[in-house]
Amino acid sequence: MKAASRDDRVTYQQLVDRNRPARPVVANTIRAFVVGGGICVIGQVVQTVFVRFGHFSQTDAANPTVAVMIFLSVLFTSLGVYDRFAQWAGAGSAVPVTGFANTMAAAAIEHRSEGWVAGIGGNMFKLAGPVIVYGVVSAFVVAIVRFALTHL
Amino acid sequence: MPKVGRQTWVFPSAPGVIATGTVAGKVESEGPLGACFDVQITEAGMQGPSWEKDEQALFYRAAETALRKANLRPQDLDLVIGGDLNAQLTGFYYGLREIAAPKLGVYSACSTFTESVAVAALALEAGFAERVLIGACSHNSSAERQFRFPTEYGVQKPATAQRTVTGAGAAVLSQEVAPVVVTAATIGEVVDYGITDAWEYGAAMAPAAAHTIGAHLTDTGRSLADFDCIATGDLGRMGHALLRDLLGQAGHDPGECLTDCGLLIFRPDQPEVMAGGSGAACSALVTLGHLLEQLKNGSWQRILVCATGALLSQVMSQQKETIPSISHAIVFERREVNHA
Repeated sequence: MKAASRDDRVTYQQLVDRNRPARPVVANTIRAFVVGGGICVIGQVVQTVFVRFGHFSQTDAANPTVAVMIFLSVLFTSLGVYDRFAQWAGAGSAVPVTGFANTMAAAAIEHRSEGWVAGIGGNMFKLAGPVIVYGVVSAFVVAIVRFALTHL
Repeated sequence: MPKVGRQTWVFPSAPGVIATGTVAGKVESEGPLGACFDVQITEAGMQGPSWEKDEQALFYRAAETALRKANLRPQDLDLVIGGDLNAQLTGFYYGLREIAAPKLGVYSACSTFTESVAVAALALEAGFAERVLIGACSHNSSAERQFRFPTEYGVQKPATAQRTVTGAGAAVLSQEVAPVVVTAATIGEVVDYGITDAWEYGAAMAPAAAHTIGAHLTDTGRSLADFDCIATGDLGRMGHALLRDLLGQAGHDPGECLTDCGLLIFRPDQPEVMAGGSGAACSALVTLGHLLEQLKNGSWQRILVCATGALLSQVMSQQKETIPSISHAIVFERREVNHA
C-alpha cells in the first residue's frame, strides 16, 4: 500500500473539506419542517375524518389513522415515488409512521427476489430492526427507572 | 523490455481493439452520450426476475454485440476477461456462462474495465492468446442494494454521492492490426488517504488516480501534453476538482484535456445524478462508446484512460475502515490501417 503519512492524510482531508459542496442546511431544514409538518397535518385530517364521520372516539381513531398513513407510505414506496420524494424532503420524510413503513416496505420489495421466507421474511426488518431493538431496550430501561422511583 | 519504470507495461505488438459492444440503461441512454451506445434500453425498472439477472443480461448483450461486430463466435476466443461489482463476480460469471471460452474474472471495483484491458493486452503481447473478449458491467439497483440501501428506501443522499451506471461494455482485443490499439498499461497501487465517508468515493479515489497518472508519466517520460485526452473513470465533480488540485501540486497542468467518464455520461440535471456517474460500467461505456470513437475518426491520436476503483465493501465500511482505492491506466492510440 502507498503509505500515506498522517500529515499527508491531514493535508488531504483539508483539501477535501475545501472542495466539498456545502450542505444546504437552511433549505433542508425548511423542507423538513414543511414536509414533516405536512405529513402530520394529513394524519390529523385523517383522524378528524374518523372521529367526525366514523364516530370513533379521539383515542380510538388513532389506530385506523396510523393504518391509513402506513398504507399511503407503503403505496407510494411500491410505486417508486417515496424514495424520490425523500431525496427532496430529507428528514421530513422520516417522520415515524410513514418513514418506518417505508423502511419495512422497501426492504420487503428489495428482497422479494430471494423468496418469501429467506427474502421478505428474513430481510423485512433489516432497516427497521434497529429501531425496534433500541426502542424496546430503552423502554425497558425507562420502565426500570420508573419502577425504582415509585416503589423505593 | 516490456516493463518500463516501476509499474508500466508497454506493448510493442500494439494489440488492437477490433470491436466494441455497449449496452446502456435508460438514464444513460437519455444522457449526453446516449446515441454512442449500441444498445439503448428504453424501459425503466426491472426487466427480468431480479436486478442481478438484469445485470447479467446487460453483460451478455454487450459481449454478444462485440462478437457480432467482430464477426466472431465464442469458440474463436482464447480468453474472456472481465468483472463487475457484485460479490463473487456474478455479473461476469453468470452473465457470460453461455460463452464457451476460458475465463478470468477480475475485480478492482470501478477500475475493473482497465484491469481487464491490461491483463488482456498482457496475454496478447505474450502470445498466450490471439483474441480476447474483455468487459465490465454494473447496475444501479444491484449496486444500491449491495453497497447501500434497498432501492425504494427514502433517504436523502448528499451532493457528493454518485449514481451507479447501469450498463455493460465489452470489446474484442486481438493481435490483428486495428484503428485503435493498446500501447501501454500502468498498474496502480492501492492508495488510502483516510477517507471514510462512503458518500465520497470521488475524494477517496482522486489520490489513486493522481498516483497512477504520476507513475505513468515518470515511467514513460511523457507529459500530460502528449495526450489528447486523459479520462478518469468515475471521480465525479468533487473527485475531479481534487485530482486537478493534486496534479497541480505535483507540477502538472492538466488543462482542458483532463476529463472524467462520470461527468461525461450524465447531464447534471438528470434524476439522482448528484456528483456524476460511477460504477464499473461507467468507464467501460464512455471509453468504448465515446472516447475510442474520437481516436477512430482521427480527432485524437493518443488518450490515457485511468479507471478508478474504491475498494470498500459494506462490511469494511460498517467496521469504520478508511477506503482504499486503486487506479489502472491504459494508453489507447490511433493506428493508420492500410487497406491496400
